[in-house]
Amino acid sequence: MVKLNVNGKEYEVDVARDVPLVWVLRDNLQLTGTKYACGIGECGSCAVHINGKAERSCTLTAGEAEGKNIVTIEGLPEDHPVKRAWIQEQVVQCGFCQPGMMMQTAALLSESPRPDAGEVIEGLDDVLCRCGTYTRVKKGVEAAIQMMRKEGKAS
Amino acid sequence: MNKTISRRDFLKGSLAATGLTLMASVTPFGTRLINASEMEGDMAEFTPSAFFHITPDNVVKIMVPNSEMGQGIKTALPMIIADELEADWDRVEILQAPAGKAFHNPLYHDQLTVGSASCRGFYLPMRQAGAAGRAMLTEAAAKEWNVPASECSASKGTVKHRKSSRSLSYGELCLKAAKLPVPQDPALKKENEFRYMGKSVPRVDIPEKVSGKAVFGLDMQLPGMLYAVAAHPPAYGAKHQSFDEKAAMAVKGVKMVVPNPLGIAVVAESLDAALKGKDALKVKWGPGTHPQMDTAFVEKSFMADLDKPGANAAQRGDVKQAMNDAAVQYEATYYVPAIAHVTMEPQTFTAHVQADRCDVWGPTQAQGLCHMLASQISEIPPEKTHVHTTMLGCGLGRRARPDQMIEAVIASKASGKPVKVVYTREEDIKTDFFRAPMAHRIKAGLDSQGRLIAWDHKTSSTSILKFIEPKYIQNGVDYYCLWGLADTPNSPYKNNHFIYEGIPNFSLDMILNDLPITAAPFRSVQNGPNAFVIQCFMDELAHKAGKDPLAFRLEALGDNMRAKRVLETAAMNASYGSNMPDGYGRGIAQHQCFGTYIAMVADVSVNKKNGAVKVHRLVIAVDCGPVINPDPLIAQLEGGATMALSTALKEEVQFANGGVASTNFEDYPILRMSETPEIDVHIIKSNEEIGGIGELGIPATAPAVANAVFNATGARIRRIPLTPERVLAAMKG
Repeated sequence: MVKLNVNGKEYEVDVARDVPLVWVLRDNLQLTGTKYACGIGECGSCAVHINGKAERSCTLTAGEAEGKNIVTIEGLPEDHPVKRAWIQEQVVQCGFCQPGMMMQTAALLSESPRPDAGEVIEGLDDVLCRCGTYTRVKKGVEAAIQMMRKEGKAS
Repeated sequence: MNKTISRRDFLKGSLAATGLTLMASVTPFGTRLINASEMEGDMAEFTPSAFFHITPDNVVKIMVPNSEMGQGIKTALPMIIADELEADWDRVEILQAPAGKAFHNPLYHDQLTVGSASCRGFYLPMRQAGAAGRAMLTEAAAKEWNVPASECSASKGTVKHRKSSRSLSYGELCLKAAKLPVPQDPALKKENEFRYMGKSVPRVDIPEKVSGKAVFGLDMQLPGMLYAVAAHPPAYGAKHQSFDEKAAMAVKGVKMVVPNPLGIAVVAESLDAALKGKDALKVKWGPGTHPQMDTAFVEKSFMADLDKPGANAAQRGDVKQAMNDAAVQYEATYYVPAIAHVTMEPQTFTAHVQADRCDVWGPTQAQGLCHMLASQISEIPPEKTHVHTTMLGCGLGRRARPDQMIEAVIASKASGKPVKVVYTREEDIKTDFFRAPMAHRIKAGLDSQGRLIAWDHKTSSTSILKFIEPKYIQNGVDYYCLWGLADTPNSPYKNNHFIYEGIPNFSLDMILNDLPITAAPFRSVQNGPNAFVIQCFMDELAHKAGKDPLAFRLEALGDNMRAKRVLETAAMNASYGSNMPDGYGRGIAQHQCFGTYIAMVADVSVNKKNGAVKVHRLVIAVDCGPVINPDPLIAQLEGGATMALSTALKEEVQFANGGVASTNFEDYPILRMSETPEIDVHIIKSNEEIGGIGELGIPATAPAVANAVFNATGARIRRIPLTPERVLAAMKG
């Protein structure tokens, strides 16, 4: 039995402690927005927030996530600047990697609300997209920064 | 937005007189428009291909036959119908069509999302169906008011009578309109009357993808569903000699072990248990058919093929004579390695085989094939077999292969439960049907003025048709591998023949390589490798002739005006001809395929110490005829070019011990954000026949970059990927 706090809710899940968090989120909690794509922490499709930082849920076990605040794409508010910017800039193509891309962006902007272009690239360079949306992702991040600046939000 | 309903249920509405349903039956004799309420009996005898349905609650339901994989087809096709119908976009509901003859692409007579054909195939019939609906609704209103139809006009879901200021909504009119005959030749809108087409409409699939709620194949959940993970052979042709079923069954949660023709599947209550069960199998595999095959062996094998006689695939003029007459003869040899699809969503499918029905859910590009195979394997009749298309986490041609679905159906049939098959990334790469590796040798002849008069081409490729439709391999020629160099007459793929067809003497021979590597279309199919070879070789010839690469191409294009225009547009927007700083280079390339013309200019710099290539900018010009939704079209070219850049700079499948050695993104790297250039897309306004877009970002990218690397360094590299080691070696000569 593992106790998890996901998107502000407490769950008790009947799984072994060594099960990767990504499977527990997807299959036990039906939060399928978090994706599996490599299983070795190389691509970032499974990125979630653990205590506010973007981490790979495929290389983190359920046991390791116990007692921490986990936020998935479903827990990122629908009016979050990153989600709105992604729609405004039509960033998404197939969309499979985008939950990870958005979660990593949201974590980046919460740590550093006004990153320069180099910092954005450095912060997102380990999230892979096969459709090649990188040019649009850059526009999406820029739009999210502008929204946050206008609306006076730190994150 | 992502609903699936059966065709029969969809039609039932109109048969019970609850609305207006229009279909377009596309035959070799043209389009026949059909009102579903007129139809009786078994509708299987009709093959209508476009649907919409208007209900009294004033909703226009539009069925999308194609798979959404990020190209925006769930928005583009409904835009065509909504525009001609004069529907109110806010009252449009978009449905994913099930598998059925009704949804065959008229170009293929099959339900497939391949060959950049969705808009090409459906543009006209969907416009006609929409226009017929608008005419019927207008006629219904005119009858209601007892005025001439010419005094009425349709606008955004409402018919208005100007003189009396009366209006009725489509919802109010649909039942009456359904009783009217369908006009067979409805007047289509003029371009300046388009309400939606040509203007960027936000994609309907994006909000649910951003929220995390979109259902991809991997996200399927059904009550009582089990999970299956299979071990597949590590080498081509390897058979399992033993596996430890007991150890797998001893893993908590494992339900059964199901060997199938492709591998050995472990079926379990959870994915974690299935994965642990698969590890516990400890399968001992035999050696496979080619134990000596590794990456270098593969390349040598393709190169050696070029010394064998080939089968002739195309011939024009007298190449031998022209070559003898030529002032200059020039020859070069190229190699393009295997590329993996690595769709971000690994291969997956879910199946539920019950006593009286079979359902499959998954990210497929080939509903027709899935339907047929699911029915055959489950032994459930076709009419009781249902294919449900989920969102696709990238398609790229990989998802027109049904292997993962076959495993799901077998596992569900064996367990009696719904089963989701999931490939790990490692299994996904190991079992991929790659972009076919190819070797090319070209000889060209130039006359005394440096004009191209002869082109003698030989290529060796893994056959693609061998895995799709072997009967279409004609006398040793697989035309799927030759797109960009040659195609069959009247091919539905359109325009995939040689772009410089004005060269008076041309010959093309092919050898089908006999290694057991599995291959399938990869976005743009072999237009990608072939364009790389043609466009790099054209650059070589231009230098040989002492001409500018742009001018040399324009000369070779003859009267191919659309190809000339994209080339000139890309060059102009890239300031082609302006000076570049030391270490920088600029390259140009072009291609035509799937009815569309494209050209690219790449600006690069090369680090002379370590050979690293940095691409700074790609300027793209495209002529695809009418544009339906401009923003996603631009996104397709940005994304396609980015993907092609990945193949140009980084990707090559590794082989060892007779099988695939690449395993995951750590040893099969793809392009990252920091490696992505600025991309500048220019759409040429064109009233020509509509062309495809989804695959067009691929072919011209790699050669534009390789030509730019030559321009920067003087090093001609006749093989991708342009890794730093390869570029450094070439610079040292």
